[in-house]
Amino acid sequence: MAGPGALAVVQHQLFVTRRFWRSSVFLFILTPVLYLGAMGFGLGGLIDEEQGTVEGLSYLQFVAPGLLVAAAMQGAGSDSLWPIMAGMKWIRVFHAMVATPVGPADVFTGTVGWGVLRATAGSAVFLGVAAAFGAVPSLYGVFAIAAAGLCAAAFAAPLTAFSATQETDQRFPVIMRLGILPLFLISGTFFPVSQLPGVIQPLTWLSPLWHAVVLSRGATTGSLGLASAVVHTAVLIGCAAAGWFWGMRTFTRRLYP
Amino acid sequence: MISTLFLRVMERNLMAYRRMWLIFLTGFAEPVFYLLSIGIGVGALVGSVEVPGHGLVPYETFVAPGLLAAAAMTGSVFDTTFNFFFKYKYSKSFDAMLATPLRTTDVAFGEMGWALSRGTFYAAVFLVMMVVLGLVASPWAVLAVPAAMLIGFAFAGAGMAATTWMRSFVDFDFVGIVLVPLFLFSATFFPLSRYPDTVQWVVRFTPLYQGVHLVRSLTLGDLQWSLVFNVAYLAAMGLVGVRVASRRLTVLLQP
Repeated sequence: MAGPGALAVVQHQLFVTRRFWRSSVFLFILTPVLYLGAMGFGLGGLIDEEQGTVEGLSYLQFVAPGLLVAAAMQGAGSDSLWPIMAGMKWIRVFHAMVATPVGPADVFTGTVGWGVLRATAGSAVFLGVAAAFGAVPSLYGVFAIAAAGLCAAAFAAPLTAFSATQETDQRFPVIMRLGILPLFLISGTFFPVSQLPGVIQPLTWLSPLWHAVVLSRGATTGSLGLASAVVHTAVLIGCAAAGWFWGMRTFTRRLYP
Repeated sequence: MISTLFLRVMERNLMAYRRMWLIFLTGFAEPVFYLLSIGIGVGALVGSVEVPGHGLVPYETFVAPGLLAAAAMTGSVFDTTFNFFFKYKYSKSFDAMLATPLRTTDVAFGEMGWALSRGTFYAAVFLVMMVVLGLVASPWAVLAVPAAMLIGFAFAGAGMAATTWMRSFVDFDFVGIVLVPLFLFSATFFPLSRYPDTVQWVVRFTPLYQGVHLVRSLTLGDLQWSLVFNVAYLAAMGLVGVRVASRRLTVLLQP
């Protein structure tokens, strides 16, 4: 089980990030803000003239909560693939960690925990920017930060667990291109799931991002019902928990062979 | 001064990719996913878009050439930045190449030739898909493939030149900082007319806009004189880039 060593791992990441903060700002804040500008205002202007509203919202208000959690997913994706390979194989910093009282479970929990913290902090800033542009109609919108954190955990835990089983990074671009990117595009981020062909619609239920989008949009518009909140939260926690149990095993196997 | 030795560099990359065929094949997944989701999903919300001098165009038809141009940019930038840097700094492939009769110019042209061939393959596949989906309005669209090559050339030159100044992977953040705004704001997803006048003029002089305008005019069949400017801009960008890159490589690798 993970212990206080996990906090030491988070602290390590914090020290490292002092040198690499630019990537985080770019990944978690600047990119979604740019997407918000292009999609919300540029494309949104066209859509609002044509449609009036999308699910009763201006397009800017529709797309902002989607981009919020999608950024958390993409950040978790890029945090949980190559950097894990680097820790295990290229620079072997994880091996250095387990040479101290820190155990493999701590390394895994601390690494995922740090990713979730980073995504949560980034999404808080993004939410502030979106609110300043008028993209967040409800005060319940603050709960969207929690949705982003859960979304990051639901992706970071299983992906990190998986990366620990790999010997090369060959499968990573494939995961980004055939996994993360399609989820980004069809999980109700840019257009309502009802626009998809009927056969594909049930597939979106399998997408953790879709559950996060429903939570996030429900929060920013203040329209989320209790039952729906519980179900979608449970799915995300389920993904994170499954990934966590898996990761404890894969990290232990890899670091204590 | 260019010998045909650069073909050996391309041959080497082709051999290396035999073991990475999945990465090669999934390379065109990105624009296709964007087309199917943004084009068709968002297209239903947008309806049609006004293209100056052409009239109303369905959104899918509008966005597809933009995605083709953007994919040509991203593909060649990734090849000439991340992959190039890895070979230069970590796997030391270039040092190995220069231990043979190859010179730095051969390496620069070979890497660029490889990036272009790959990009051409992706562009051709994407164009065929556009034809199948009925998103092509004119036979001039066949020229979209060489246009995509030209976009690839321009960005490969710029990417390769920029990479010779990179110190570590941390510096690659700048690649994203340049690429994401170009991807989103070069009239790729919405027409130039959505911007205020002054911003429109700025966008008209950005590099990806040249490519988007060129490819879109070709697939819509709107031949116009401004395309000459687009072509000249992209060609100059690529030539300057490859020139700078091969000079810098000489300094870095053959001190």
